[in-house]
Amino acid sequence: MPTLWGYSISAARSIDYDKNDQSFLRRLAHSCPSSKLCIGCGGCTAACSAGNLTEFNIRQLQMLVKRGETRETAEQLHKCMLCGKCLLVCPRGVDTRKMILSMKRFLREHDQ
Amino acid sequence: MNIVIIGGGPAGSEAAYRLAGEGYTVDLVEKENSIGGNLNNWHQLFPDRKSAAGLVKELQQRLNHPGITLHIDAEAREIAESAPGKFAVKLSNKTVLHGSAVLLATGYKVFDAKRKEEYGYGIYKRVITSAELENLFTNRALATLYGEAPKRIGFIHCVGSRDEKICNYHCSKLCCVTAVKQAIEVREMLPEVEIFCFYMDMRMFGPGYEEMYREAQERYDIKFIRGRLSEAAENIHGQVVVKVEDTLVGKPLRMTLDLMVLMVGMEAADGSGKLAGSVQVPLYPNGFIRPADPHTGTNLTARPGIFTAGSCTSPMNLTDTLTDARSAAWQIKKWLTGSDKHA
Amino acid sequence: MELTGKERIWQEYQKEIAGDNYFYARSCIRQTFFPGSEWAYLDILRNKLDKRVTEDPKHTTCTGIGYHTDVVPAETTMTVVARHFALMTEAGCENITPSCITSFGLYTEILDTWEHHPEIEEKIREFLWKATKREFKKPANLAHTSDIIYKFRNEIAALAPHRLRDVHTGRPLRGVDHIGCHYAKMFPAKGIGGAEFPAVLSGLIQAWGGESVDYPERRHCCGFGFRNYLVMANRGFSVANSKKKFESMQAYEPDFIVANCPGCAMFLDKWQYTLSEMEGVTYGQHGFGIPVFTYEELTALVLGYDPWEIGLQMHQVAVEPFLDKIGIAYDPEAKYLNSRGESMGRPACPTYMKVIK
Repeated sequence: MPTLWGYSISAARSIDYDKNDQSFLRRLAHSCPSSKLCIGCGGCTAACSAGNLTEFNIRQLQMLVKRGETRETAEQLHKCMLCGKCLLVCPRGVDTRKMILSMKRFLREHDQ
Repeated sequence: MNIVIIGGGPAGSEAAYRLAGEGYTVDLVEKENSIGGNLNNWHQLFPDRKSAAGLVKELQQRLNHPGITLHIDAEAREIAESAPGKFAVKLSNKTVLHGSAVLLATGYKVFDAKRKEEYGYGIYKRVITSAELENLFTNRALATLYGEAPKRIGFIHCVGSRDEKICNYHCSKLCCVTAVKQAIEVREMLPEVEIFCFYMDMRMFGPGYEEMYREAQERYDIKFIRGRLSEAAENIHGQVVVKVEDTLVGKPLRMTLDLMVLMVGMEAADGSGKLAGSVQVPLYPNGFIRPADPHTGTNLTARPGIFTAGSCTSPMNLTDTLTDARSAAWQIKKWLTGSDKHA
Repeated sequence: MELTGKERIWQEYQKEIAGDNYFYARSCIRQTFFPGSEWAYLDILRNKLDKRVTEDPKHTTCTGIGYHTDVVPAETTMTVVARHFALMTEAGCENITPSCITSFGLYTEILDTWEHHPEIEEKIREFLWKATKREFKKPANLAHTSDIIYKFRNEIAALAPHRLRDVHTGRPLRGVDHIGCHYAKMFPAKGIGGAEFPAVLSGLIQAWGGESVDYPERRHCCGFGFRNYLVMANRGFSVANSKKKFESMQAYEPDFIVANCPGCAMFLDKWQYTLSEMEGVTYGQHGFGIPVFTYEELTALVLGYDPWEIGLQMHQVAVEPFLDKIGIAYDPEAKYLNSRGESMGRPACPTYMKVIK
């Protein structure tokens, strides 16, 4: 946002893991232990119905959550149609449906 | 007939035992004061968590054979072909050993982490190498290293490997699985610590390795971030601040570590080049010894009568090193019995 | 931190620095924003260290600002720099010492380019001849002027009436060094101490009794980056880099910052004002900013030069708290008088950052 200076101070793009709230990622690891098995292959995103039509990237979003970054997940997660194709694809057996539902629940609780 | 084996690590020891078993006499040359090589610096081995000291002991016991003469504290300086098919190996203690074949089992050296200046090894107090961590395991000293147990530990893969900046293009290939193994060991000692591995690719090439990686994630709660460390710095509390890109997320990431472990890679041992050079055996650009053929001529070199075993030809795990040593023993026997005098 | 580990690295990154007979190349930015710095440097070298320094009023910009903003093509820049070398040659000198880090970086880059591509050097010689009828010899020795001060740091310490210590408590003053990116990041071997643990300025701080602060963002760019600040809309990026550094160094409570790049010194000084106005934050002690000095100014101060004579009234961040600590006497009334004793007028006070009126 320009100010009377003609510019504003750029916000850092980097993930500051020390400062991020880690309660969300701990709860995800606890409620959906298989989510820890992700190796970032992207099979889920390639298969994703929502991801083929929108910016939604479930592989990236769950990784952001694991780094304590929840904002984008909160904005994007509603795009998931819970079709379950990612569950069929995942080579590591991540229970993606459970993972997504867990994330939705936390975000809902967080809002309240 | 006599064979001179240079290097008393796992490869040299195993080959000596096998060749003695075939009825040959063997001179085994080791520059340190005991056999075992780099294995002496390790605590436990992947994938079965075998005791490294136990394996060294086993290798050592097998050298108690009337056909094997062990020369410790002796460094091989030069090889010369004194007569066709006869080799003379000069040692640092002035002894000259004679053999009808020479086996180079000179192994590797651990990358000197000081060369990656930006990682602060030797400057920042809480930066150690994977080899030093093994020592901490052996001495049970990790929990009290800095007064209190570390809360967050990071393993940095590929230190000295896959890095043009320090002139090493090659992958040392064992560091990934070593990091996984060490992370698990740390978890067993410190149940509360947060553990990260910063990797470029997870190269889980051996039997049981990928399974171990999987177990590390699920059961041992070890977190893996794909990204190469750009630099580390020490903060006012003496902790290490690291910068990486989390490449799977697509954002730079920074975090503070209480302990940073550098997964140091493997480089050709200094002796390999000198000895190979004295008999015109060619090297790869990275300094490891080039075999006669990468598929059909392993253990053989361009020079008939000069053989190789183990990690003097490339980074190699123990399983492959011991297999390679047995294969070398067979190749040497074949050469000496005249059934395979290769040109 | 283990000092011995750093000393090992410092030994690997030493370079040949000529001992006398320098051709001096001035800096556009340093002359403009720190007008006393270059005068102080020349006076110290000629009158305190008894060195021969030659300069030539025909010397121009190296075009660095234009070059790094893609306005000036490389061939033009090389020809302009070749002309600098010609002026040096005509003056009978073979050691060139630029005041500016951008110039130092450019000279280094150009000499390296010519070494690898002699055909480019030939072409540039031809351009220079066609344009100016000048010829040149390549410098026998290229050193930044901060390298020269580093070389003579112990001689300066022996001459200096002041030490970098708090005269009231005896505490060594904590100094943050900031090395211009183009000093060693392009060619680490050309920088004293290399790029990761530079010693060119921390060496001065230590030699003069201070304590060098090594903080996490020490190597980070100040944010100057020509094309970033030249376009107003991009300055938020530029200031964010300085902010990152200030936040990182603040925990160490530094008494001063010293820079060898004129652009860095300018931005680290001026951005503190900007940040205080935009966000109400200050990074120094008691509501002040952290004083920022060029290495010439710091050298002049320990050597007992008058703060106003070397131009410290031009600084945005108040320098008086530093002068009080180190025990340098100054006349507050003379701060805004010109050389004829006339008032130059006083700047307006910042809203948040404390200054001495």
